[in-house]
Amino acid sequence: MTFWGLGGPKWWQQASRSVSISASLSRVESPPARADATFKVTMLPGDGVGPELMTAVKDVFKAGDVPVEFDEFHLSEVQNMASEDKLEELLSSMKNNKVAIKGKIHTPMEFKGELASYEMRLRRKLDLFANVVHVNSLPGYSTRHNNLDLVIIREQTEGEYSSLEHESVPGVIECLKIITRAKSRRIAKFAFDYATKKGRNKVTAVHKANIMKLGDGLFLQCCAEVAQLYPKIKYENIIIDNCCMQLVQNPYQFDVLVMPNLYGNIIDNLAAGLVGGAGVVPGESYSAEYAVFETGARHPFAQAVGRNIANPTAMLLSAANMLRHLNLEYHSHMVSDAVKRVIKQGKVRTRDLGGYCTTGDFVHAVVENLRHRPNY
Amino acid sequence: MAGTAWRSAIRNVLRMLGLTINGQDKTKPQEVSRVLGSFKNGSPQPRNFIREMQTVTLIPGDGIGPEISNAVMKIFEAANAPIEWEERNVTAIKGPGGKWMIPPDAKESMDRNKIGLKGPLKTPIAAGHPSMNLLLRKTFDLYANVRPCVSIEGYKTPYTDVNLVTIRENTEGEYSGIEHLIVDGVVQSIKLITEQASERIAEYAFEYARNNQRASVTAVHKANIMRMSDGLFLRKCREAAEKHKDVKFTEMYLDTVCLNMVQDPTQFDVLVMPNLYGDILSDLCAGLIGGLGVTPSGNIGANGVAIFESVHGTAPDIAGKDFANPTALLLSAVMMLRHMGLHSHGKKIETACFDTIRDKKVLTKDLGGNSKCSEFTEAICQKVRDMD
Repeated sequence: MTFWGLGGPKWWQQASRSVSISASLSRVESPPARADATFKVTMLPGDGVGPELMTAVKDVFKAGDVPVEFDEFHLSEVQNMASEDKLEELLSSMKNNKVAIKGKIHTPMEFKGELASYEMRLRRKLDLFANVVHVNSLPGYSTRHNNLDLVIIREQTEGEYSSLEHESVPGVIECLKIITRAKSRRIAKFAFDYATKKGRNKVTAVHKANIMKLGDGLFLQCCAEVAQLYPKIKYENIIIDNCCMQLVQNPYQFDVLVMPNLYGNIIDNLAAGLVGGAGVVPGESYSAEYAVFETGARHPFAQAVGRNIANPTAMLLSAANMLRHLNLEYHSHMVSDAVKRVIKQGKVRTRDLGGYCTTGDFVHAVVENLRHRPNY
Repeated sequence: MAGTAWRSAIRNVLRMLGLTINGQDKTKPQEVSRVLGSFKNGSPQPRNFIREMQTVTLIPGDGIGPEISNAVMKIFEAANAPIEWEERNVTAIKGPGGKWMIPPDAKESMDRNKIGLKGPLKTPIAAGHPSMNLLLRKTFDLYANVRPCVSIEGYKTPYTDVNLVTIRENTEGEYSGIEHLIVDGVVQSIKLITEQASERIAEYAFEYARNNQRASVTAVHKANIMRMSDGLFLRKCREAAEKHKDVKFTEMYLDTVCLNMVQDPTQFDVLVMPNLYGDILSDLCAGLIGGLGVTPSGNIGANGVAIFESVHGTAPDIAGKDFANPTALLLSAVMMLRHMGLHSHGKKIETACFDTIRDKKVLTKDLGGNSKCSEFTEAICQKVRDMD
């Protein structure tokens, strides 16, 4: 195994794999990308159509000669393939590779004695605190709102998803929502750093502090404090119900949105619906050391399993983002351009975008478009 | 207003004397089961000339409240609706024992009439008392908030053919107001779900669906994450579904509902959900049809109390200038008529309103026109009178 393949020394990892702060602190030039260097990435197909989407990613990568090798793990709560050891194996692999691509691990509805699902525990153990969803309208596919370009940043480890519930007396259940200053500050700083790095103008905090005065009030206060450190970026706040109404009436007024956990879930899905559904929106989760790439709106989509109708666009665009994160710019552009070209041409479209093609057809079309790139 | 009320009463009596009395027309308006939503009988009722006037408590509210309340009263007058209005004010006062409460005459009026129509209320920020809406909710135990969202032809939005109803549990859930600062920098907020409240709202949702000829009820939840709390809510919905087999029941995750709602809102019918999700989804649906200025809303309480209201703000910047749009309050009043069983009057006023908006000749500023509130009201009154 090559030196690069093992991940390299710490400073190289920090320079290339972490977002924003460490990247700006690195004082080394990026090393030349060697053609025979393969990056190892952990892959977790998950449930539902996850495995099919992962196959699509692997096919496209193979056709494009992308120097990435996948370490696959199969962890699934609904199919009874989950256990503590598997989780540990997966975690150690991720800690080694630092980058992962995954599908959704479905949470079964029955209460099996564990309040936190595997997906949530994974997030907590790796401390993946920030979830970023890129909502971009696809050229060539028009919806009711075109030319959208939003970024939704969601705090992923606390808030309403604390899994702290108890039944005080039979028939009365309490569920705790926890908001801490440290985590609110962290996500606010992440949001502003992200906005600065990507050249965005405005960050809007979404909250319900008129009702949850202490909880969301604390979140809002942290956002306001952090906003003062970034005078070039405009800061606003909006109440969640008004935000939803504005998103369906006039979504162009928003740029970057930052919010706690539950509101993030709602707005992610709402915004995904605005540009075409769960099949076209890529997303990623960041911690201080790791990055996990996945789709934006996370649904296992169990009705489509085996029928070859799932739309791999979101996963392919996310994989392209992953390649950019690994500093493989050329390959990243190649994959994302191919996908966008196929959608723009409009001849090959999956069911959710109004076409009749299968996942396989779509992947085939993307692969064709890959080969047509000029070689230099 | 008393003068015109007397006039219509006398007119009714004269009409009664002038026509042959059919034995069937003597049926009194039924007082029973108002908590069950509007009546199943949607067909136009025979003109009950012996029908007595029903009194409704009217709370004009602040800002544009008085203007739009007047508009509604004028339109009801033109439609000959057998409604008598009792105006009351609900500014909070400190009762014995130091607890904030609404004025006792308002409470007594509501308890007597059982039906109320409310304009927008403002909550002064540092007044020391909780919001007026919260106070009303606690006083009358308004447990269900019903918001029907129907696309208005003539007011174009990117979403057409929306026809759904959101029913939201209004007393507990995330808005219980129980919050603590545990240590400096850590805040805990409690979401409360009780069996009794969930059962009550689920029952109401199915009754509403049945009484309004709705095909299906969808429970919206996040029981995959909040397994115990939303799990309890879901269980109660399922139990209520068992008892009402004639209405289809489905359940859907909140994120799936959001995703599908903005892509294809026609797939939803009646949605029932706990407090927070209801707040967000009902505003989302209001956005689909054109905003809070055209959305009606009703609050159903225990003991048969029902208060219908407009959910927009008081708009202090245009108060008193005759710019306001009375559509939201008017449609809420139509909801109220349906709830009381006066379907023919309700239909008449609603049709007149929609026709006026569709004609686009006289529209208020927020609907895209240039007319004043009084002109808009007059146009609707004219249409109502033409329908007779």
